[in-house]
Amino acid sequence: MLKDITLGQYFPGDTIVHRLDARTKIICLIAYIAALFTAKTWLGYALALAALVTVSALSRIKPAALLRGLKPLWFIVIFTGAVNALYGTGEPLAEFWIFKITESGILQGIRMMLRIMLLVCGTFLLTYTTSPLNLTDAIESLLSPLKRLHAPVHEVAMMMSIALRFIPTLIEETDRIISAQKARGAAFDTGKLTERARALLPLLVPLFVSAFRRADELATAMECRCYHGGEGRTRMKTPRLAPRDGWAMALGALLVLAAAALRRAGI
Amino acid sequence: MSEIIRFENVSFAYDENAPEALRGVSLGIERGSFTAVLGHNGSGKSTLAKHMNAILLPTRGRVLVNGTDTADESALLKIRSTVGMVFQNPDNQIVASIVEDDVAFAPENLGVPSAEIRRRVDAALECVGMYDYRLHAPHLLSGGQKQRVAIAGVIAMQPECIVLDEPTAMLDPAGRREVLSAVEAMRRERGMTVVLITHHMDECVGADRLLVMSGGEVAMDGTPHEVFSHPAELHALGLTVPDTRLLLDGLAAEGWDLPADALTVSECARVIADFMLKEKREKCLHRP
Repeated sequence: MLKDITLGQYFPGDTIVHRLDARTKIICLIAYIAALFTAKTWLGYALALAALVTVSALSRIKPAALLRGLKPLWFIVIFTGAVNALYGTGEPLAEFWIFKITESGILQGIRMMLRIMLLVCGTFLLTYTTSPLNLTDAIESLLSPLKRLHAPVHEVAMMMSIALRFIPTLIEETDRIISAQKARGAAFDTGKLTERARALLPLLVPLFVSAFRRADELATAMECRCYHGGEGRTRMKTPRLAPRDGWAMALGALLVLAAAALRRAGI
Repeated sequence: MSEIIRFENVSFAYDENAPEALRGVSLGIERGSFTAVLGHNGSGKSTLAKHMNAILLPTRGRVLVNGTDTADESALLKIRSTVGMVFQNPDNQIVASIVEDDVAFAPENLGVPSAEIRRRVDAALECVGMYDYRLHAPHLLSGGQKQRVAIAGVIAMQPECIVLDEPTAMLDPAGRREVLSAVEAMRRERGMTVVLITHHMDECVGADRLLVMSGGEVAMDGTPHEVFSHPAELHALGLTVPDTRLLLDGLAAEGWDLPADALTVSECARVIADFMLKEKREKCLHRP
């Protein structure tokens, strides 16, 4: 029942987008977001949309998959649009109580909705095309300057990768505990909400106990294999930036510049 | 210095008020040897293992690894990279989400250069027969395969000695065989010192030396042949002798004149076959 959870939603593939270094992809995503927030005019949004469509076409991710990612966010999108629609200036189209809806407000609302959707789709494109492990390594690599400020960058990255490693193990264990409880007559999918919530308790307690035991054993095993923090650690795979990474970053920078230019020109 | 690990009158209690889990143990592990440690639950065999690479430190006495006291904190990395350890539950000792990344974990921690790590990882995976699975996700492997990955992870560290703490306890018979043949390959190809903690009699028969633990003390110490020729003493310690030994004893009781020191299955089969052939031959000779 829990097996079909795919965390991180990575779709393996062998396109140019998949092959890009994860660090490049993160930097390009930041550039894309910057461009999106710089954009003020329709042309600016069109530019961001064009970038998104191009990258998703190159990565062979189906647009339906991207839109599926938006589903849980429909409320926030519509709410933002509605709120923005109420704060326009100019001739009111309709008025009630203290609210007035204007044309500029509606247009602003639509732009805001577009901005959120483009933002979310762009982020999904990163996680769809990058394995969680590469993503973790890239975050560690990009944040490594913070190590000088004694920020625990390596430790956080290690924690993230161990968490990713243990997700399938713990899901398997949850399944087993559910089966064991069901065999003794527990009902997880029937009854009122409060009853169902209460039924989860005998599931969570053994799961936590076992997770702590696992953590303890894993820590000992790691120490036995000479783990002593990030200091003096080397890596078997050191990702190297290829020429394509340079090109991708240049395009990202170009996107930001173009968005800034459009804003300046006001078109 | 032919002893890699030396226990000097080691006692250990988990808690101040708890009964001692080890009581004045003194022993040495010979370099290049294969030592099996046998004992029922709570006999102190796991506690003994955990003293071999400073996971636990003795409350009294001392443990020396290559002449270095395990209580010396500055030598901790050296001790741990000299004596590697494999635990019972393979799930809880695999760190990474890809097999080869996990095997690379120890050499990465030791700061080995990338190219050398790659070489060690490939060699270690070859040794345990898991090279073809190097890009797999560990959680999709069988128990025996996972445990072999865990062993490869220790081999890649290139320790002089490997301690296996009940590595087969959670595995099915097929997984047990896989793990034991990986241990055998490691001994053959790399000449590593092996300490195998177990409660399966059958896994001890290939060892050079067998220690039987009971109540935190070494109750019996000798070659498997010597130890298993005292079934009454073993029985008193809550242990039995291997199935092969039981079979031979049973046959002996029926009047078969067999040598009692055949412990492995193939040895046992050979002596029985030899005996039967001899019987048959004698019958033929005496036929009128």
